[in-house]
Amino acid sequence: MDHDQGSHGTGTGISNNKLLMWVFLGSECLLFGGLISAYLINRGRFHTGPAPGDIFDIPFTSVSSFVLLMSSLTMVLALSALQRGDIRNNRIWLLTTALLGSLFIGGQVYEFTSFLREGLGYTTSPFSSAFFTLTGFHGIHVSVGIVMLMSLVISSYRGTLTKKNSETVEIVGLYWHFVDVVWIFIFTVIYLVPSPTS
Amino acid sequence: MSTETAADLEAGAGHEHPTDAKYVQIAILLAVITAAEVSTYYVDIGPILIPALMVMMVVKFFYVAAWFMHLRFDSILFTRFFVTGLILATAVYCVFLTVFEFWSKG
Amino acid sequence: MSETVAELTSGGGAALPLGAYSRPKGGGGWRDWVTTVDHKKIGILYGGTALFFFGIGGFEALLIRLQLATPNGTVVGADLYNQLYTMHGVTMVFLVIMPLAAAFANYLLPLQIGARDVAFPRLNALSFWLFLAGGLFLNSAWLMGDAPDGGWFAYAPNTGVTFSPGHGMDFYAIGLQIAGIASLISAMNLIVTVLNMRAPGMTLFKMPVFTWMILVVQFLLLFAIPVITVALFLLLFDRNFGANFFNPEMGADPLLWQHLFWIFGHPEVYVLILPSFGIVSEVIPTFSRKPLFGYEFMVFSGIAIGFMGWGVWAHHMFVSGIGPISVGAFTLSTMFIAVPTGVKILNWMATMWGGKIRLTTSMLFATGVVSMFTIGGLSGVTHAVSPADTQQTDTYYVVAHFHYVIFGGALLGFFAGFYFWWPKAFGHLLGETLGKWNFWLMIIGFNMTFGPMHILGLNGMSRRIDTYSPGFGFEFWNLFATVGAFVIASGVACFALNVILSARRARGLPPEPPDPWDARSLEWFTPNPTPVHNFDEVIEVSTLDEFWHRKWTTDENGKVVRKATAEEVCQKGDATDVHLPSPSYWPVVLAAGMPLIGFGLLYNLWICVPGTMLVLTGIYAWVFEPPDDPDGPFGDGHGDHGDHGDHGGESSGDESSSEREAASVE
Repeated sequence: MDHDQGSHGTGTGISNNKLLMWVFLGSECLLFGGLISAYLINRGRFHTGPAPGDIFDIPFTSVSSFVLLMSSLTMVLALSALQRGDIRNNRIWLLTTALLGSLFIGGQVYEFTSFLREGLGYTTSPFSSAFFTLTGFHGIHVSVGIVMLMSLVISSYRGTLTKKNSETVEIVGLYWHFVDVVWIFIFTVIYLVPSPTS
Repeated sequence: MSTETAADLEAGAGHEHPTDAKYVQIAILLAVITAAEVSTYYVDIGPILIPALMVMMVVKFFYVAAWFMHLRFDSILFTRFFVTGLILATAVYCVFLTVFEFWSKG
Repeated sequence: MSETVAELTSGGGAALPLGAYSRPKGGGGWRDWVTTVDHKKIGILYGGTALFFFGIGGFEALLIRLQLATPNGTVVGADLYNQLYTMHGVTMVFLVIMPLAAAFANYLLPLQIGARDVAFPRLNALSFWLFLAGGLFLNSAWLMGDAPDGGWFAYAPNTGVTFSPGHGMDFYAIGLQIAGIASLISAMNLIVTVLNMRAPGMTLFKMPVFTWMILVVQFLLLFAIPVITVALFLLLFDRNFGANFFNPEMGADPLLWQHLFWIFGHPEVYVLILPSFGIVSEVIPTFSRKPLFGYEFMVFSGIAIGFMGWGVWAHHMFVSGIGPISVGAFTLSTMFIAVPTGVKILNWMATMWGGKIRLTTSMLFATGVVSMFTIGGLSGVTHAVSPADTQQTDTYYVVAHFHYVIFGGALLGFFAGFYFWWPKAFGHLLGETLGKWNFWLMIIGFNMTFGPMHILGLNGMSRRIDTYSPGFGFEFWNLFATVGAFVIASGVACFALNVILSARRARGLPPEPPDPWDARSLEWFTPNPTPVHNFDEVIEVSTLDEFWHRKWTTDENGKVVRKATAEEVCQKGDATDVHLPSPSYWPVVLAAGMPLIGFGLLYNLWICVPGTMLVLTGIYAWVFEPPDDPDGPFGDGHGDHGDHGDHGGESSGDESSSEREAASVE
């Protein structure tokens, strides 16, 4: 098995690349923590424009959250396939993950545009700025993930993504799961925990 | 642990791998918890709402991190890095929220 | 994993995917420096660039002091004064002290752990070029006539568009974002390096204290940079996209900025000082001919400072209205953090006590650090007492405090490091006579400039003011301080002269023999200057201060006796079969795109297009370029990799495994 692809000769026996990704994810906690905190102190500041409790569409966001959650499953299935040497299914699952991610982004875009129509723009209030900044940053992270997934798909088609370098898929997967985990947090804390209404 | 292939076994110490079936099981669990979370939007469960939501969130978080991100099977070093970042962020930002009187004034 | 090695071997000569360029060959000249991934060259680049910015920041300081030398000064107007003191602060913190630390860390860390290079050499290069790009972008604001003017701390809402129209603060935000990415990447790189690439036998507790301090700093950076990243984005969005994070008119609380800034800012000050603490921990034992007193305490106090530094940030905000409970809590936490630092001071003194002291220039600077930082630390302790701080804050007393710790602590420490490690990097010593002039002029000038500021502050002189009226009793000490600033400048000039003259003197002469100081750690195993491949053979480490113990041992009576000379112990530096990572164009290409994106955001969005193209090209070309050039000047020793213990640098020393994907022809 090729779990220790990059770990040859390293002091801890762990791959350098994988360790790098985990170290990075540790730092990302502070990034999203900052954005979430900036949102939380601003969620009640909306004397212009709609309040969060009035504008959030929980059923819709629940569906898109579910979609992102399932993309973590397809991601891990993609990795598992490649670790078995099943290049075709790896590709299929990678594509599915990218698709589900794109569906999530599509949902975000729809959500933002309907908020806009309902009078919640980026500059409307501290609440709106904080909300769009937080979810925007998350969305950018998802989009970057989709780009990485598609790059992997292209490599797969070109024959350069195989069981031998499945660690690359694993590392992209870690990033993807992290982005999902951040959304688990955001969905609960920002959407499900009751928000102020006007 | 569920069935492992010969390739799994030859990988070396501690490299157990969940099977695809296991991953799907976990995904179903996550979906069920999500459904429970969303149901709180429709059903009023009183003051345990926020603690319940927090617990469900943490459980989902744990399962994705431990199983999908493979933390429970990998070197403890990864867990340490991630948890350090998490705890530090949580502690620092909770203090920050406290100074802003978030808990009392929301 | 010999198959991985075989892939590297076979991949190098196979068809290059996507027609990617082959990697540049090394070999000298400016192209070598621009494409280098060698940690030593990168360290020197950091050092030289930092010293260049030091000149700029110093010039800004002299203008400030000229303006403040007399009451109702007319040297510069208020507007320009605001820009000067802002840029002086930003430059000194972000473009001088941090990169000087990076210079020493980059050069020494792989050597001190017995490695061949860092874990990710190209990322290392990227960090430098991003730092340079950010620094140049920031300073280009001067050329636009619009430098940042909101103070280095950039408090909102003063830095919003209402009170800071013009682009100055945008230069601040974008420039620091670019430089911040550099530090974050470097932190990730060095953490992986220390964990994964230590020589055999080098457990964490056999690493030199300098390496430990750098490791703690990388963790601080790893977790602190994202916080200022958030803050700077919020500022940028407020200023350019109409967001409402800091806008009180829309109901926002501008204190959000202060919290985010200082949650970063306080760990940042430990980022500034810990590297110098590490340097001092190497220099003092060497020139006291005694091991460092309390090694474990030094390591644990460094770690403790790293942890506790996260819990004190609001002591910068005692008068901002956070309320008495918060003030009380942060007073307590701030008082506690003095303890681990005190431990270090005492341990350095205990190291010197009873030792055989050699007062070389390096040692003078190191003792300067210990004494000056103690003074700065004491004023810091008075700041911790919040009722007292209420009087001190926003006065020159604070200016005195932080200059004592940053200049007296961090900067003097770097000078100690220069004099200590100059032969290792350049093959010749810096002159001792000129060095002593350098030291004494700097430390006397420094105390002349900043000592009186304690008095000025307690007498009520406000900070961040462009001038003061006569009749308040500020005249004498301000003039005195200005004279002192010029004394500092003359000391710095001595250093510059020393660099030039010692290089000239050494021209044509053979390089300095190994181990000029009879030192203790692994970097001294190599000849001077360090050969490009670092170590001929992997060193097996069995103890702390391994190098020392190969030269010296204790006899039956407990007396220290010579076991071997430096010449016998040191390596010859003539190995030819060490496989080195090849240079690369893409880090500098990627970095060049970032300021363009910055200019585009400020002036014309079309400029973002070439900037983004450069960044994307840089990323993709990097990911797909072949791993290492088997025809490179350092040869391709792939065949006999089995003999080398320094595998940590080879197959896993290269970047993403997509390189392997590029190399392997399946």
